[in-house]
This record gives sequence, C-alpha cells and structure tokens, in this order.
Amino acid sequence: MDKMPAWADVVLIPLISLLLAAILSAVVILAIGESPVEAFNLMVDGALMRSSGWGYTLYYATNFIFTGLAVAVAFHARMFNIGGEGQAMLGGLGVALACLYVPWPHWTLAMLGSTLGAAAFGAAWALIPAYLQARRGSHIVITTIMFNFIAAALLNYLLIGVLKPTGSMEPASAKFDPSFALPTFQQMFSSADAPLFRGAPANVSFFLALAACLFVWLLIWRSRLGYEIRAYGWSQTGAKYAGISGTRIIIISMLISGGLAGLMAVNTTQGEAERLILNSTEGAGFIGIAVALMGRNHPFGVLLAAILFGFLYQGGAELALWTNIPRELIVVIQALVILFTGALDNMVRMPLERIFLALRRKES
Amino acid sequence: MTDTAPAIELKGISKAFGPVQANKDISIRVMPGTIHGIIGENGAGKSTLMSILYGFYKADKGEVFINGTRTEIPDSQAAISAGIGMVFQHFKLVENFTVVENVILGAEDGFQLRPSIAKARKSLKQLAEEYELNVDPDAKIENLSVGHQQRVEILKALYRQADILILDEPTGVLTPAEADHLFRILDNLRNEGKTIILITHKLREIMEYTDTVSVMRRGEMTATVRTAETSTEELAELMVGRKVLLRVDKKPAQPKQVVLSVKDLRVTDSAGVERIKGVSFDIRAGEIYGIAGVAGNGQSELMEVLGGMQAGTGTITMNGEEIDLTGRYSDGQSRRARSIGHVPEDRQDEGLILDFTAWENMVFGYHRDPDWAAGPLMNNAGIVQEAEGKMQRFDVRPPNPHLTAKNFSGGNQQKIVLAREIERNPDLLLVGQPTRGVDIGAIEFIHQEIIRLRDEGKAILLVSVELDEIMSLSDRIAVMFDGRLMGERDPAEANERELGLLMAGISEEPDKPAWKAVDENLDAIEHGEAPKHG
Amino acid sequence: MTLMTKFLGAAAAAALSAGAALADPALIYDLGGKFDKSFNEAAYGGAERWAEETGGSYKDIEMQSEAQREQALRRFAEAGFNPVVTTGFSFSTPIAAVAGDYPDTKFVTIDGYVDPEEHPNVKSILFSEHEGSYLVGMMAAMASDSGTVGFVGGMDIPLIRKFACGYAQGVKAVNPDAEVIANMTGTTPAAWNDPVKGSELAKAQIGQGADVIYAAAGGTGLGVLQTAADEGILSIGVDSNQNHLHPGKVLTSMLKRVDNAVYESMTAGADLEAGVEVLGLAEDGVGVAMDEHNADLVTDEMTTAVEDAKAQIAAGEISVHDYSSDDSCPALTF
Repeated sequence: MDKMPAWADVVLIPLISLLLAAILSAVVILAIGESPVEAFNLMVDGALMRSSGWGYTLYYATNFIFTGLAVAVAFHARMFNIGGEGQAMLGGLGVALACLYVPWPHWTLAMLGSTLGAAAFGAAWALIPAYLQARRGSHIVITTIMFNFIAAALLNYLLIGVLKPTGSMEPASAKFDPSFALPTFQQMFSSADAPLFRGAPANVSFFLALAACLFVWLLIWRSRLGYEIRAYGWSQTGAKYAGISGTRIIIISMLISGGLAGLMAVNTTQGEAERLILNSTEGAGFIGIAVALMGRNHPFGVLLAAILFGFLYQGGAELALWTNIPRELIVVIQALVILFTGALDNMVRMPLERIFLALRRKES
Repeated sequence: MTDTAPAIELKGISKAFGPVQANKDISIRVMPGTIHGIIGENGAGKSTLMSILYGFYKADKGEVFINGTRTEIPDSQAAISAGIGMVFQHFKLVENFTVVENVILGAEDGFQLRPSIAKARKSLKQLAEEYELNVDPDAKIENLSVGHQQRVEILKALYRQADILILDEPTGVLTPAEADHLFRILDNLRNEGKTIILITHKLREIMEYTDTVSVMRRGEMTATVRTAETSTEELAELMVGRKVLLRVDKKPAQPKQVVLSVKDLRVTDSAGVERIKGVSFDIRAGEIYGIAGVAGNGQSELMEVLGGMQAGTGTITMNGEEIDLTGRYSDGQSRRARSIGHVPEDRQDEGLILDFTAWENMVFGYHRDPDWAAGPLMNNAGIVQEAEGKMQRFDVRPPNPHLTAKNFSGGNQQKIVLAREIERNPDLLLVGQPTRGVDIGAIEFIHQEIIRLRDEGKAILLVSVELDEIMSLSDRIAVMFDGRLMGERDPAEANERELGLLMAGISEEPDKPAWKAVDENLDAIEHGEAPKHG
Repeated sequence: MTLMTKFLGAAAAAALSAGAALADPALIYDLGGKFDKSFNEAAYGGAERWAEETGGSYKDIEMQSEAQREQALRRFAEAGFNPVVTTGFSFSTPIAAVAGDYPDTKFVTIDGYVDPEEHPNVKSILFSEHEGSYLVGMMAAMASDSGTVGFVGGMDIPLIRKFACGYAQGVKAVNPDAEVIANMTGTTPAAWNDPVKGSELAKAQIGQGADVIYAAAGGTGLGVLQTAADEGILSIGVDSNQNHLHPGKVLTSMLKRVDNAVYESMTAGADLEAGVEVLGLAEDGVGVAMDEHNADLVTDEMTTAVEDAKAQIAAGEISVHDYSSDDSCPALTF
C-alpha cells in the first residue's frame, strides 16, 4: 500500500520544503536587519517580472537542466554521479575545440559541432570513473569527485598555456568567431518596438535542454535500454537473472550522464562567454544533484526544479545588486533550499505520511 | 488448570492500516505451559497480531492481559519486561558479533562489558543444559548454521527472562532434523512452564506439536480448537474457506527424449570455495526432476549456472546442443533463447523488480524480444495488453497490470513470475522454491500449473527445501548435500526419514538419533572440516 | 502588465531606498570578494576614501558568477550609475560586450584592457607590476645572505607570473648567481585564500635555503609573512603596505595603488577621460613601501640602488621584461 497519493509526493512535499526554506531564509534576512518582504519582491521582480530577468533565470535553468538530467540518468542505474562539474568543464573544452579549430560556415553547424564535442568530451570524462566502477569496483562517488579536481587542473593547464592567446592576461581561450554566436532570446524574440530579453544570456541552447528532457524521458521510460537501466538500478541480482550486463549498464548510463553534463557547456561557453573561461561551470554540476533530487529524477521534475534554481540564482543576483544583503547570505539562502528539498526530505515526508494515514483512517 | 489465569489473553483486538482491516475483534486465551499454534494464509493477520503483542503496533481497539493483569505494551521494551520474547522469521542478529555479544546486546548491565559477558556466559551454559540449547558462545553468528542462529534468538529471549515465547515461521529454513530438534527444545520449555506461541503455515507441525490452535482468515479468528480434536483437512478448510486438495493429483510421468544433460558440473564461488563438486544428471521431456536438500548445499548455484547467472565447468547440453558456461552477463538472455525458462529461488530479488509495475515485470528477461519492440522503443501498450491476459489466466489478484509488484502478496508475485515463464512455453523450466512464503490456496494452483506443463511434454527441474513439495511433485528425486547429488530415489518408494538423512549427508546409521548426526555434521561444516559421509 | 509596472515601481523604490542617486559611481568587485585582503579590498579602501572626502555615496556589488558580470554592468548602467568601476581583468571582456549599448556611461576596468578605439567610453587602468617587483627583487637579493630567495604566488595565472618574472629579473640584476625558487599555491581561485598552504610553501622554500620570500598571493600571502617572521627570515608583502604586519620582519611591500585608481576614477566622475592608462613607477602606480617598520632593514645601499633603478626604468635605460607580453620569462622558468 502506498502511503501517500502520488501528487502529494511530487507536488506537496517540494512545496512545503520550499516554504520552510523560505521561512528560515526570512528569519536570516530579518536577523541582519533587512526586510524579507522587500527582498522577496526584489527577487521575484528581478527574476520573473521582466523579460530580461527571465532571460537570466532561463540561462541558469538551462545549465541546471543539463546537470540535473545527468544526475538523474545515472541515478536510475543507482550511480551517484558527483562529477557533473568536471564533465561540464571538459564539455567546455569540447565546445572550445570545435569552435576554435573548425571553420563552420554557419552557427547552426557550429552548434551541432559544439554539441557533439561537448557531449563527447563530457562522456569521455565520465567513462574512466564508469570503467573503474564496473571493472574494478572503485566507488563512483569517490572517483567522479576526484575527476572534478583533475578536470579543473587540466583546464587550468590548458587555459594558462596552450589555449590562451599570447599577451592575454586572463586564463581564457581566444574569442570564438562571432559568426558562431548562438542566437540569444533577445535576437530571437525581440522586435524593434517590443524589445525583449535585453542583454540576457539565455539563448537557443535552452531548447537543446528541452530536447534533452524529452530524450531522457524517452530513454528511461520508453526504451529497452532505459528499462534495463532502471532494472539494474532497482536490483542488481535481478538484472543478472534477466541477463542484463551490469558493466554495460554502468558504462552506458555514465556515458549518457557525462554527455548530458557536458552539454551544459554549449550554453555557457558557446552561448554566453563565446570563449572558454576557467570557471564556467560555477558549481552547476553540484546544483544538478539538488535539482535531480528535487525533480525526483524525472525529466519534467528536473525542468521545474531547474527553473526554480534559476530563479534563486537570478533573484539572488538582484538581491546582491540592490540590497546590502551580502552575497554569503544569498548563498546561505540557496543552501537552505537545497537542504530542505534534498537532505531533509524525510523531515517533511514522514509527518506528511502520518497525516495522510490518519486522514485515510477517518475516511474508512 | 481452570483456576490459573491465562498467560496471554487478548480481548477484542482490532487494527486497521488505512482501509485494510488487518485484525478484526480478535480474542484469544493461551494457558501457561502450553504450545499454542496460530495458522493462517499469508496476509491473514497473524504477524500483525503478534506485532501488537510485541509492541510494534498499537491496537486501535482491544486489551491485552498478561498473567491475568491488564498490560499496556507501547513498545518492544515493555513487551520484554512483561516477559514476552520473540523469534522472528528473519533473525535480528549482528552477523559479525559472537553469540554472547548478541545475547547481551541491549541487555548489558553497566558501562563495562566484561561483567555482562561473564554473566551471560554462565547463564548460557545453564540454559544449554536445561533445554538442549547447545551453541558455542564464542562463535561468530556469520559462521553458524541457520538452526544454530535460531537457537541464539531463543537464547536471547530466555536470557531476558521471557516466559512467553513467540516463534514466527520457525521451521521455514530448517532441515527436518533441525526442525525436530527445535521442537524438542520447545517441548522442554513447555515442561518448564513456559508458554509458546507458534506461528506457522505448516499443518503438520500444528498437528504434531501444539496443544491448541487458532485459525485466522482475513483478519478474523475463525476458530480456536484443541489440536487433539481436529484434523489437517478441517484446519485447511478453516484457513482457506473452502475444501483444499492437499495431495497433488497427477498422472504417472511419460518421459521422452533427454532435454537437459549435465555432466561433471563444478562451480567455484568468488571466494574460491567449490560449491558444486561434480554433479551429473539428465532430465527428460515430460518429467519433473526434484532436488531436495537443506538450503546452502549447492542447489542455488546449480540453478544459477543453468539460468546463466554464474560460471561453471563441465558439460551441459540442452536439446543436444552444448551450453556456454563461461558466465557472461548475456547468458541470461542466451539461455532464454534456448528455451530455458527460469523461476528463480528468490522472486523478490531476482525474479521480479519489485519497483516495476506488473506489466513491466511480465517481460522481465524477455524485454529484448522483437515482439515487444516498437522501432527503437518498447511497445508498452502491447506489453500491458499481453500482461493483462496473462494475469487473468494465472488468476493474479488484483489483475491490474499497472500496480507495482511490491504491492502484490507473495503468492501473487510468484504467479506473475510463473505466468511470465510458463506462458513462454519453454522446453525446460527451472523452478526454485516455487511456494516459499506462498499461501495454501496459491500453492495448489502453482503445483497444478507445474504438472500441467509436465503433461505437455516439457522438462522441469524443481529445487525446493520443502520435502513435502519435492515428494508430491517429483517423478524422480535427488538429494543434494555439500555440492554433490546423494543418489536418486523414486518418490513412490522414498520416505521422509530416509531423504532427511540424505539431506544431512548420512546414508544410513540406525543407532544414532538422526538429529545428533546432523548436528555433528553441521558443526563439522562450520569448522571448515569435511563432513562425514555415513 | 499592471502587475509588472507595479513591481517595476517597487524595484525602483527599493533601489532608491538603498541609497542610490543618479550619477553616483558604482564599483564592482571581482569574484574574490570585497574583503579579499588583496586588490578588491584596496579598491574598497579607495572608494571609502572618496566617499569620506567628498561626502558622496556609491554603490558596490560582489560577483557570484561569471554570467553576473555582464548583468551587473548593464543593470548599473541602466540605473544611471556613472562611472562604473570594475576590478580584475575578467571584466574587460564583459565591458567590451556591454559598453557599446550604453555610450553615455563611463566604464573603468582596473587590471583589464579594452581597446579604446572600439569603445571610447571605457578606461583601462593597468599597472606595471613587473617594474615594482623588479625593485623588491633587487632589495631581496641585497638582503639575502644565502643567495637564495623565494617567491610564493597565488593562483597560477599570467598576472602572477608577471610579478614573479619581474622579481626574478631584479634579483639577477643584483646577483646573477642568485637562485630564485618560485611556487604557485594552486590553480583554482581557492589559491588566493589559503594561508596554511602559503605557510607550508614558505617552510619548504626556507628548507631549500631561501632567506627572503616575496608573497604575491592575496590572503595566502599572510601565511607566508607569518611563517617568515616565525622562522626569522625576511618577507616581502604585496599590493598594499604590509610592513606593519610583522614590524622588523617584512623587508618591504610592493605597492600597487588600486585604491588610487578607484579614488581618482570616482573623483573624475562622469567626466572621466577614457583611454588606456598604465600606472608604473613614474606615476607612483607601483612602488616599494618604506616606513618606520622596515627602516632598520633597509640599508642606504638598498635605497640608493632602488632609487637608481627607478630612475633608469623611468628613463627607459633598464627595460624590465613583461611576462604577459609574450608568455615567457628570461630570468625564471615556471
């Protein structure tokens, strides 16, 4: 017997968690002498009440969709991919190589090339931990997290040496050819008399992220491979009984996971910076864990959770811009949301289950 | 006896889980110094009732009296101090602790362990002498046989001064000889004035060992009778609510060509221990080959090698073609391609994905079949439709293919696995523990299905620890002990005692009581020595 | 739509209540944060000095993410802040992207470079860190008895290599046989704030014979200075005057007057002159710190040598190689 109706699990628990996080954040803001109502208004206004705010919200959301999907796919095989960060960094390298060294005739082809490059590099970076897990039993959490550091060091090496244009002070690659720039929402949806998304970095890769959601949904719930991934995730002995190769599932699911994480770089590197910079991932790989957790590893949930985190990021930026709330506190607020929606899930779930049980008993 | 207060008296106990009424107005009286059996199908409410008595659940209504005084049991600590001890079906022991350490766990006297251990050691010795409860106090649990582990559970309860002992399905994991020993221990306890509640679904145990018996069905207590005044048939009818065929009705087998031939099969596990030590046998079309034995003597490994889950050496031919034994992951698929169906011993961990829906489980293992493909994707709609039909034919209840597998009862889960494997119409069906944890009504159905498949001319390999099941279904019986087959018997000529001895690795040794020989042999295995073959 | 305007109004009100008035200057710190004990903090000091002296107010913000750079620039420009001053070379690219959209706003990039031909409303302020480092390198070589001196950098980026390279050239100019041990703390931004690692590196260099160590490592440098003082050797501070941290133990500090750059940009206000300004020894943009805390350590000989070199560099007679001009260093291999 399920203890709660599905809608309560999917909607009610995240909402209550969010509410708790919001209340605690309000207390924090009050404690430093600012008005939580005003802060909330600022966040909503800056992130959702104007198109340029949406442009930023969706830009961040695009990153979180990719990394959230990456964590979700791996998790269906019960692989905890903490390495989204490193895989996204390598994805950036793939994008940079595709955009720096191939003379694409048009941005669409450049995007195709960078998409393939990002996915391939991200996947390759996930392959080594996957292989070590499948064949050597090295725990994927440990290896992927170590590979984050290796990726950072590798990128640092490349950006200080090989990829940095001579004379430049910044550890960053050269600018990509301007004709490779991805159309931003501003270019796509603005007209002369109705300017929209002005200056915002959201770009066409948001649609790539939506396509990735659809792809993951088809993969996990409609394909044979997804069936095998889920079966392996639920029961390894069961998978063995059914003749499903664990090695194969680990490696394939991690390749897909790494590829998705890598795709994030299309958004940041080709879409926004238009060059490879040192810290382009900015923790999105880790946010992906919270996004997947909150989205219950379902692509639609990931999409919604990613937009929520995009809102928090953009709203947080607005707060930093217009109030005296220091940025450390904004990180605290974001952390509270992660804490409540992720780590403290059971704190909300268990009392709620009890309430539903009690309600049901009354009915019967 | 009439003047003494009952050791346990329950009055009007009711308990509901949401809309499910697990216990409905149950009243029961158990006199001290008796063994009281509680029998009923899975889901009849036996375990719920005992959980209320042991403080795991709180009853919605009703009262509990211990030795005549009304007692509240809000948690298991209260149950223990009221003198109630419980031996669970799945032992609650710390595997890498010693026996003494497990016994004192949670009942330590002070901050320092040493005095507690010394005290426990002394009392263990005493208990062992009183009740034949011999266990090496310094052995680690993980090195003990199941029978010995169970004794540790009993010792734990007795060490906590339990006067009332509840045993939940205690013989499910024991050999007949071990079970005999257990009942002698229980007998001794009863003679000392302890009260014992025995939960079981085995009618034979109820008839042989209990003084009184209560029958439960669908949350209600349908009858409480003196054992001496009832019969197996009556109890079965009370349990199921209709007449039940206890004997399997089958025609004589008509074996045809050899379907499966196993020659000198050997299997070594990942720890380097040889689990199967040269096994050879043939199975013909149209016969059921039964393998009896105590769990852990190589039957599981045999099923796994045949099902493609494990590597082995030797030769296995299926329909005249040799099978690859290198143990690759894809073997599960290639076995199915060779028309080998497999109902695994552990349906919850292997045969089903409990978190998948029934329809998803209906193609588990066959999910790569082109029949279920829709381009690069799976033909989910088609699978659901097919699953609906199979669930109806196998009377899976509820017949809802969208329900998650874990929400079906044990019997219905097993029916899902059987429906999947039997409906593929395999030439060879491997069946492991087909009725473990399955209620009587479903057992009857499952046995009939297996025999129907045999009568259609298929070969069946049956592995079961239930000797009754092996004897009533098989056309030929082999006993497996310590990785070897101990000879074949004709079920018409074999008797339970002889098979029981074979299961313990003893051919014939009339002077010694069987249980003692078994104990010695098991001890030998535990200590890494080669068992003595009679 | 009405809801939207209402919120826009609320935002504007909030912005005003936060103390911003039109044509106030704005200051944007780099990712290291306002209180990084390095040049962000120096910039903050310059802004505070300006606010104190003029009684004016300014708006500042710390960056959280890369994408925020452009966002902050745009939002400040839209809100009418002028000039918008930024610290850190990472702002040069976003400013180049944004400046064209706000021709009436003046942008300042400190440590960054934006082509003035393309963007006539941007001022780039650069420092000749290699020249200042050259001078402290000379002093280090003269103060060293062992002939071995150390350098501890923060994050391994070209800018820090520029420090190290100038330093090494100064050392070799005094003592061609001297050995320069150079270590970078790390390859991530965490390297700016890891005093423990700084201390370890200092100890390791002392173990190799170094008796003067130059730290160009932000917060990490504090660990270097501390260890040098504890172990009884000399150290050299960076950016602001750090001589007072361990009086008598810090040989000198290589000053980089970010505070002056901010102060002057804010003072000029909207009339700020765009273009590229390189602040070197001649402009007192970089220099060596001499005060009562290190008076006993600095010999007359050193003072003379430093003054001579300063004059020669200003006159172009000595040319200190700039690492970032060709990513190589004649005096040091990394």
